[in-house]
Amino acid sequence: MTRTIAVCLTALSMFAAAPVVQAQTIYPLTRAEILAGSKFDFKVEFPASPPEADVTVTINGQPPGAVLGGQSRYSANEDGMDHGALWIKGAIIPTPGVYTVQATAAGKTAEVRWEVFGTPARRAKNVILFIGDGMSVAHRTAARIMSKGIVEGRYGGELAIDDMPHMALVSTSGTDSVVTDSANAMTAYTTGHKSCVNALGVYCARNKASLDHPKVETIAELVKRKNGMAVGVVTNTEIEDATPAGMVAHTRRRADFNDIVKMFLDAAPEVMMGGGSPNFLPKSTNGSKRTDGEDYIAKFTAAGYRFVSTATDMKSAAAEPGAAKLLGLFNTENIDGALDRLVLKKGSVGRFPDQPELADQVRVAIELLTKSPNGFVLMVESGRIDKYTHTMDPERAIFDTIMLDEAVKVAKAFAEKANDTLVIVVPDHAHSVAIIGTQDDDLPGQTPREKLGIYEKSAFPRYPRAEGSAYPSSVDVPRRIAFAFGSYPDHCENGKPYLDDPNVPAVAGEAKGTFIANEKYCDRPGAVRITGNLPASAPQAVHAADDVVLTAMGPGAELFRGRIDNTRVFRVMATALGLAPP
Amino acid sequence: MTGVLTRRLLLALPLLPGAARAGDAAGITFDGLYESFGVTGLVFAARLKALAGSPVAITGFLAPPLKAESRFFVLTREPLAICPFCQSDADWPLDIVVVTLRRAASMPPAGARLMVTGRLGLGGWTDPETGFVSQIRITDAQLARA
Repeated sequence: MTRTIAVCLTALSMFAAAPVVQAQTIYPLTRAEILAGSKFDFKVEFPASPPEADVTVTINGQPPGAVLGGQSRYSANEDGMDHGALWIKGAIIPTPGVYTVQATAAGKTAEVRWEVFGTPARRAKNVILFIGDGMSVAHRTAARIMSKGIVEGRYGGELAIDDMPHMALVSTSGTDSVVTDSANAMTAYTTGHKSCVNALGVYCARNKASLDHPKVETIAELVKRKNGMAVGVVTNTEIEDATPAGMVAHTRRRADFNDIVKMFLDAAPEVMMGGGSPNFLPKSTNGSKRTDGEDYIAKFTAAGYRFVSTATDMKSAAAEPGAAKLLGLFNTENIDGALDRLVLKKGSVGRFPDQPELADQVRVAIELLTKSPNGFVLMVESGRIDKYTHTMDPERAIFDTIMLDEAVKVAKAFAEKANDTLVIVVPDHAHSVAIIGTQDDDLPGQTPREKLGIYEKSAFPRYPRAEGSAYPSSVDVPRRIAFAFGSYPDHCENGKPYLDDPNVPAVAGEAKGTFIANEKYCDRPGAVRITGNLPASAPQAVHAADDVVLTAMGPGAELFRGRIDNTRVFRVMATALGLAPP
Repeated sequence: MTGVLTRRLLLALPLLPGAARAGDAAGITFDGLYESFGVTGLVFAARLKALAGSPVAITGFLAPPLKAESRFFVLTREPLAICPFCQSDADWPLDIVVVTLRRAASMPPAGARLMVTGRLGLGGWTDPETGFVSQIRITDAQLARA
């Protein structure tokens, strides 16, 4: 199914909302931290389309080409619009330092300042970056309660994600808004540049086409180009979704899924695993979401990838002698969450009974990537922590937090062998969630508020342990974590877990672009109707601007401390890998 | 409000010669569209293939339409919790049915449960007006509230 219509509408609304540009805009924006030797597109936009002769741009007093390499190119009416644009694509600044850029036209001068940073010599052979998408402190605490148990205020064990020597608070806001999304947030981690909502690996300029915005190089591209390293991208979401796409993509629109599949092929990560197969299938294939006849499974196979679609095949492919490159697509959409796969057998588990556990994906990825003599960068995402939190489905979100922890265990066991691997666990943004007590079936009444135990009545929840498993064997217990959402659409709830299919709190309403409570849940015993606190246009709970908690171990991890901007995660990885050595 | 819209819609859609009549139509369901649903593609159910070109009737939910006056809309198994026409990262489910009315009409409100009767079309097809690619279509369709 094509997304052409969505593309047109989004493009229109994007430009309708664009602010009137009063002064020149210089990309990268001011206070950018740029890795010495990394590639980026330099662009200056001039309002009112001055002729080239009236435009002056300098970097530390020199012509831009002398500093960035290459020749600048000017267009007085870019994309037929009323602004001029000066570009140097694929610019590189090899020498660290402070760079001041001035752009003058019609008597007005705009100025930005960049910090170009170098790195010491390489200390880490490998980097494993875990993203808990939307993972907030409440997810972490709830996962610890559910997985380890809590008695008299003491936990029955530590989560692997907690038991790390270094920690920092990470701020996630982008260049355009205090609350960000996964595309923009991932761009900060993979490029060191902050961008705007929906953007991957680009600054958000005034260009009409989503693929024309000023690009910045990603960690995957950098480590291949500079160090000849291998790259892995492992997720349980669709592989073209924002977080995995952030490793390779350059687009103003995260929904350019078909373009993103091509960007994956061009960037050629040695290991790619996730869901989202329809964007790999030619449109002639029933079930395709492409708008062209390209068969990307065939293209990846021709490029030397082994293609697998089940967990069983994934494991056996890794064991094959000579196996090096793997494309694993395990669902047409997202891989089902751990609660559906392991306990409830709901969601799409009936259609896709042999989907992998994230820890097994990581085990296979490491097995393949360690064949690279030059080390590797592996990104691993537990992506449905976010998606299930959007849909207000606490038990599924908490199970997928435990799933992340299980995957981190595998990486830690690998990293501890040689102590040459930097392991980072970080959310990309927060949700407004909190544990406010326990939902207790033994309390009198019917409705969730009557059955909510607060303060001294929030007796410790009990989830049955499954022998040899980090997951409880059931979430349908009489005393449960009361997981509250700070943002919500109109919806009905009864304080019980969603034991059938995943929760869908709101559905499209009669008024265009509005969402109303999904009546399916309004008749459940004890259900109450809640009026949303979000704009009626929001169908789900939304992200929050709260800082998120990063933990890390291995060479370079000591650089994480205090509060940092999300761009610092890139800088620490680049530093540990020595991507701009003296 | 809803009733008025529905009546307007049905008034705008007189039964045309050649259009499928509900009485002649074979009932199909979203659960019965595919016999296999896998990573490398979907396979239509044998019964669906046998009905290609024939009048069929199916019940589903109206996805938020692209515009108020249209002859083209998407029918889904469940009420849509997302709006692929409104949100940049929202995506259509795979098992949708694209419905084309004989001529443009006022659409019922999004989320309405509808019975759609019309001629079944199968296989990849790109709508020349919108560029929308579909695999299962019902053309010359008429609607009723389900």
